Amino acid sequence: MGLTIVDLEKTVNSDLTTSIKTSEIIFNQLILEIDLENLYSSILYLKTNDKCKFKQLIDITAVDYPKNSKRFKIVYFLLSHENNLRIMINTSIDEKSQVPSITKIFPSSNWMEREVFDMYGISFKNHPNLKRILTDYGFEGYPLRKDFPLTGHSEVRYSEDKKKVISEPVKLEQAYRNFDFESPWEGTKYIKQENNKNENKDK
Amino acid sequence: MKKETKTINLNFGPQHPAAHGVLRLILELDGEVVEKIDPHIGLLHRGTEKLIEHKTYAQALPYFDRLDYVAPMNQEHAFALAIEKLLNIEVPIRGQYIRVLFCEIGRILSHILNITTQALDVGALTPSLWGFEERETLMTFYERVSGSRLHANYFRPGGVHKDLPMGLSDDIFSFCENFPKIIDDLETLLTENRIFKQRNVNIGVVTKKEALEHSFSGVMLRGSGIPWDLRKSQPYECYEDFNFKIPVGKNGDCYDRYLCRIEEMRESIKIMKDCIKKMPTGPVKSIDGKVTPPKKKDLKNSMEALIHHFKLFTEGFRVPKGEIYTAVEAPKGEFGVYLISDGSNRPYKCKIRAPGFSHLQSMDYLLKGHMLADVPAVLGSLDIVFGEVDR
Repeated sequence: MGLTIVDLEKTVNSDLTTSIKTSEIIFNQLILEIDLENLYSSILYLKTNDKCKFKQLIDITAVDYPKNSKRFKIVYFLLSHENNLRIMINTSIDEKSQVPSITKIFPSSNWMEREVFDMYGISFKNHPNLKRILTDYGFEGYPLRKDFPLTGHSEVRYSEDKKKVISEPVKLEQAYRNFDFESPWEGTKYIKQENNKNENKDK
Repeated sequence: MKKETKTINLNFGPQHPAAHGVLRLILELDGEVVEKIDPHIGLLHRGTEKLIEHKTYAQALPYFDRLDYVAPMNQEHAFALAIEKLLNIEVPIRGQYIRVLFCEIGRILSHILNITTQALDVGALTPSLWGFEERETLMTFYERVSGSRLHANYFRPGGVHKDLPMGLSDDIFSFCENFPKIIDDLETLLTENRIFKQRNVNIGVVTKKEALEHSFSGVMLRGSGIPWDLRKSQPYECYEDFNFKIPVGKNGDCYDRYLCRIEEMRESIKIMKDCIKKMPTGPVKSIDGKVTPPKKKDLKNSMEALIHHFKLFTEGFRVPKGEIYTAVEAPKGEFGVYLISDGSNRPYKCKIRAPGFSHLQSMDYLLKGHMLADVPAVLGSLDIVFGEVDR
């Protein structure tokens, strides 16, 4: 076994100094926050550096925070088999900015970036084939954005008149009901005494 | 005279028995040799991640059964683990053992399906008839414990839904006694079979480096000779208590991956037997009434239990702010859940990392230069289930 997660944080921080905005360890996973300009070089560093050896890209995803000025947070998950460590790289971007594609570093990022584009409408620079991937042919809108309704905008059905499948705006018999059950009720912090007794008996 | 060559485009699927679901491949062929493959996916896209954002944690759990529907409980496991870590609660040891037991049943369920349908794709009918009988037995175990053969909804945050019914562990144990014989029978049909070997040996070869670069996990990685299994390397639940081996391939072709799956089933049987022998007593779910629902009999005479029950099934529990990525070794590879909680009773974001997604992506590179007939063989050994690829 090589590095521990604490060593890794030190190594990465001393080598990437200015690129890293914040770094923290939560649940034994290192989370780095990196600016968009330094993203490509940092990922390349993490993959090629002899100590880090993050040879595998696990996933890419984005998170939508509509209230922030930099609306999206892109997250890259890397895994190092040699060190048995995981790392998460966060980058905040606004709606208009383009993210450099890392298909040159990790070929598997191709579909992952396509999925982020499909779901959030984030565009990637120098991507070889940036098309929609999961949604239907001719789909409009970006489904995982928070302002996209759960029911979607259009629905498809077979039309007996036209003898083909047609797409039309969603008609709901009843508006989507979002039950808000959350109450300010806090309750007690203790766990029932009786159960504690049972637990002691097992020991 | 100059000879002109022209490639032809062939549309494979989305309705094709060898497509393992709804896969559409646009193949570019030069004669019978594959030049390029363009997989079109998303025909089974149901917007699981979007739906989960609109449901409470307990309501979101059943969606995980519907991802990789041949091994449903392994998926639930990843989600339940993520919630438990954020809530910082511990699962009682009996609950952990039951989870391991059913995860291994899931692994066998998935591997039987994969091995036999792969054999079917290359021309052998009998293995699927024999294998599916065993799958049926395993699914009755699912049914007895959760009430449903496929969509179990059994692993809950904090433990499992209910304790094992009477006699189930004996029945599972006797299955474990008999099943190695069935694996041997399957092996006599396939392992040394001339046709099966001709169709699989040296087909779809993946080197170590390529396996890493294409984000392979699970058998796809181990078949290429990388000894990596999350149950061993990043143990979750109580996998440390068990003694099992990780089968590793040598050549990284379809045949090695088949052999890995066969051996993995034998190891799973070992774990299951061990698990039943060592099964501890005690509660099967966390005793924290704020997370797990109370017992039915308490509802009649405990006001507190009644309140907990009402709150859990209307509001649900709230998960503290935070983000986490947890992964489990699902039968198909690393199945991960990236969960962000904003402190409310619903996940703010839940990204599902399905192993099949990156495996399917490599189709183009795996099959370039292979014959058209190798397409189903490679597709079979990738172990694709569209529920998880399309989500």
